[in-house]
Amino acid sequence: MALTTTSTLTTKRVPNRRVGPRVIRNPLWVRVVFMLIAFLFVACFLVLPLVAVFTEALRKGVGAYFHAFTEPDALSALRLTLLTAAIAVPANLVFGVAAAWCIAKFDFRGKSLLTTLIDLPFAVSPVISGLIYVLIFGLQGWLGPYLGAGEHPWFGEWFNRQDIQIIFAVPGIVLATIFVTFPFVARELIPLMQSQGNDEEYAALTLGATGWQTFWRVTVPNIKWGLFYGVILCNARAMGEFGAVSVVSGHIRGETNTMPLHIEILYNEYNFVAAFAVSSLLALLALVTLMLKSLVEWRAQRGLVESP
Amino acid sequence: MTLFGKRRNVLPGFGLSLGFTLAYLGLIVLIPLAAAFIKTAGMSWPDFVAAVASPRVVASYKLSFGVSLLAALVNAFFGGILAWVLVRQTFPGRRIVDALVDLPFALPTAVAGIALSAIYAKNGWVGQWLEPLWVSGVHDLSVVVPWVDWEDWLGGKIAFDRPGIFLALTFVGLPFVVRTLQPVLADLEPELEEAAATLGANRWQTMTRVILPELMPALITGFALSFARALGEYGSVVFIAGNMPLHSEITPLLIITKLEQYDYRGATAIAVVMLVASFVLLLLINLLQKWSRRYYRV
Repeated sequence: MALTTTSTLTTKRVPNRRVGPRVIRNPLWVRVVFMLIAFLFVACFLVLPLVAVFTEALRKGVGAYFHAFTEPDALSALRLTLLTAAIAVPANLVFGVAAAWCIAKFDFRGKSLLTTLIDLPFAVSPVISGLIYVLIFGLQGWLGPYLGAGEHPWFGEWFNRQDIQIIFAVPGIVLATIFVTFPFVARELIPLMQSQGNDEEYAALTLGATGWQTFWRVTVPNIKWGLFYGVILCNARAMGEFGAVSVVSGHIRGETNTMPLHIEILYNEYNFVAAFAVSSLLALLALVTLMLKSLVEWRAQRGLVESP
Repeated sequence: MTLFGKRRNVLPGFGLSLGFTLAYLGLIVLIPLAAAFIKTAGMSWPDFVAAVASPRVVASYKLSFGVSLLAALVNAFFGGILAWVLVRQTFPGRRIVDALVDLPFALPTAVAGIALSAIYAKNGWVGQWLEPLWVSGVHDLSVVVPWVDWEDWLGGKIAFDRPGIFLALTFVGLPFVVRTLQPVLADLEPELEEAAATLGANRWQTMTRVILPELMPALITGFALSFARALGEYGSVVFIAGNMPLHSEITPLLIITKLEQYDYRGATAIAVVMLVASFVLLLLINLLQKWSRRYYRV
């Protein structure tokens, strides 16, 4: 699959090769040097940034930290971020299940092309992901001229009275977020459902279950952890997306600012404590995401051990 | 899948799921992406060339490609060692480090950007001792090799200059090499190394002549993934780059700048160049992954 690493849920369980015979072990000093290099790399690029977010946020004490969340603009950014994720994640969830169903359970021409196309949004720069919606819905865009209130000969009177804002408004933010999180659920489910095969569904159908019954009672229980895995990754990206949303948002304070955009404004105003305080919330979300992810992976590995 | 491929499939819902998938894909991804190409197709050739080949734009390509390449190389090297340590060595906290590797996927880029600039800025935890070292190093280099403008090439500071871009791009590309190498390393047959040892190879020879060639397809794939990700990155870079036109302005930022000046055509033309580059990379990565899948099956 393009632009992704292999799905962790479908990989084989890793046999333990850590304690091999002496001939295939590196000398102690090499192992120590490798470990030091790895630790230094992880510390400089992963641990320090994470620690920095929380220390900078608490630099002026707990009072200043919590004050950042009482501001109306911060609250509205939080609300918008939650709303965006609440629309984008279920939309891509439904899509992911539908795509995985037809790709994993059936054979048809152009299947591998379709699989590649689903991964396409990962190859596109976030900035371009926003730009393409501006080209369609913006004032100079394809549909832009028809969206505002005015005389449009092809549409009804009701439509002409509406002033529909997509770019620099919430719908644009939701669309751009759907675009950047598009492949997450699908690419988690496709390999998982392919590895499971169709046998159980066939059995259910043979025993007289209807299509929906088969889907809800056989397929969904089988893929529930893969679904969960895709959803948490999709959600993390949906809440944290910056580039794409930045292009379509218009940065109207209290109206079209998501949390990452609010962080940018606070940071550019040299309000570092507040910027890092809001950041710490997103960093917490990232940590919870990583924890849940490890939990699911750990569970999947154990499941593979238990089954023969 | 192959088992039932030839037989008539009795599962329901093929038409519904495929129809929905194609409609959703078309509306959300394909039509909007086509808009960029169609908008650019309406430009005359001289206009297009002027938009995508002006000195400021070319400088941004060079910077974006160059620094992404450097970051991906560094990730290939350090990510390789990190993957090795995670798979082949035991140490306390291994599971935590393993989970942390995915942080760049989970942490919003804007948060990563301001966190990195806080650490590597002049008064930051690492920056306060690294920046003087960097500045004197660049100065020494200018004395030894005076015919190159090292300060322009390497930047006069760490954060808010070119080294900052490198740090941000290394951060976002970090998981790719590690995650592509890990399963391959875990599947590596110990017999291979044992045979090399029995045949008289010392450990260094086994590592460089047996293990490294075996890892190459995965390593190159990880490198390419990390490069592709770095090329389009925007969120983390803008906070730490300094964003000086012709010097530390990456291509995605230039697209935004053009958009803010209502130069939609200019922005779209650059976007099309970037899109073509990403699609070529995507194709290359697909081929690489096919190659490495075949390679490891044998």
